[in-house]
Amino acid sequence: MSFQVIVFYSFAAWLIFAALMVISSKNSVKAALFLVLTFASASAIWLLLEAEFLAISLIVVYVGAVMVLLLFVVMMLDVDYAALRQGFVKKLPIAIVIAAAFFAVLYSFITSGEFSAENYAAPAAKAADYSNIKALGRVLYTEYFIAFEIAAVILLVAIVAAISLSFRGRRNRKAQVVSKQLEANKRNRLKILKVDPVESAQPEVAEQEEAKS
Amino acid sequence: MIGLSDYLLLSAILFAISVAGIIINRKNVITLLMCIELMLLAVNTNFIAFAHFLDDIAGQVFVFFILTVAAAEAAIGLAIIVVLFRNRATIDVEQLNQLKG
Repeated sequence: MSFQVIVFYSFAAWLIFAALMVISSKNSVKAALFLVLTFASASAIWLLLEAEFLAISLIVVYVGAVMVLLLFVVMMLDVDYAALRQGFVKKLPIAIVIAAAFFAVLYSFITSGEFSAENYAAPAAKAADYSNIKALGRVLYTEYFIAFEIAAVILLVAIVAAISLSFRGRRNRKAQVVSKQLEANKRNRLKILKVDPVESAQPEVAEQEEAKS
Repeated sequence: MIGLSDYLLLSAILFAISVAGIIINRKNVITLLMCIELMLLAVNTNFIAFAHFLDDIAGQVFVFFILTVAAAEAAIGLAIIVVLFRNRATIDVEQLNQLKG
């Protein structure tokens, strides 16, 4: 057994174990932490496949950003997880049946010989100074440049959407509302009262005279 | 030596597990999101395995874009869950039937 075989099977075992724990653990925090383990072992598998940049970015982007965001949300929501798991045991047999059927179809397809070692021989080992990041960047910034830009726009849209969905705004903020300012006109701001000067002045004068005396 | 079919079988197992997870965790939206992430991971593993064995880097570029879109999807999905929880005080999918005619 070569070193690669040992690495593959040990990390594949971790991957499957962690994935099973993700879907079956009672607590969502535990599930998220097992999902982190799943991503870590998957990135080891990706390293075996010589996709170094993607393996590292899986750790940085997924474990570092997405899973932390998920953990924040899980801890922020005060959810009764026991109530959410009602019917878990009831659905388990049908889930196993569907997953097994799904896997059986995929298994028969994969082992049909189409993807055998004869058809897909392992490629020659790369040179020692081969850089996966360089090769990826070379096609990313030339051939897939428009797609790269669109991906950036998608991330921008995601930022705007996430903020606008969850931001409620402060309650008593002293900000000017421009639409209200523009809407204001003389009719609804200024009220002219006709005041009879003689009648209203009379008691005031009387009061002043009293104060003097 | 590990062939292409080993990697494909691994990701098929992962995909089947996440399909089972979607069925048994039908109530909890957060776990559903995690199962979708697992599915994307299985698909990405397939892409990278083919990119390696065909010696074509286009598969890795695909995975790069899938990671981008998946991150955006997770961010928006979690924002929707937060808003949902604020309005309904539950994340149970079966109670979200107000649009039912």
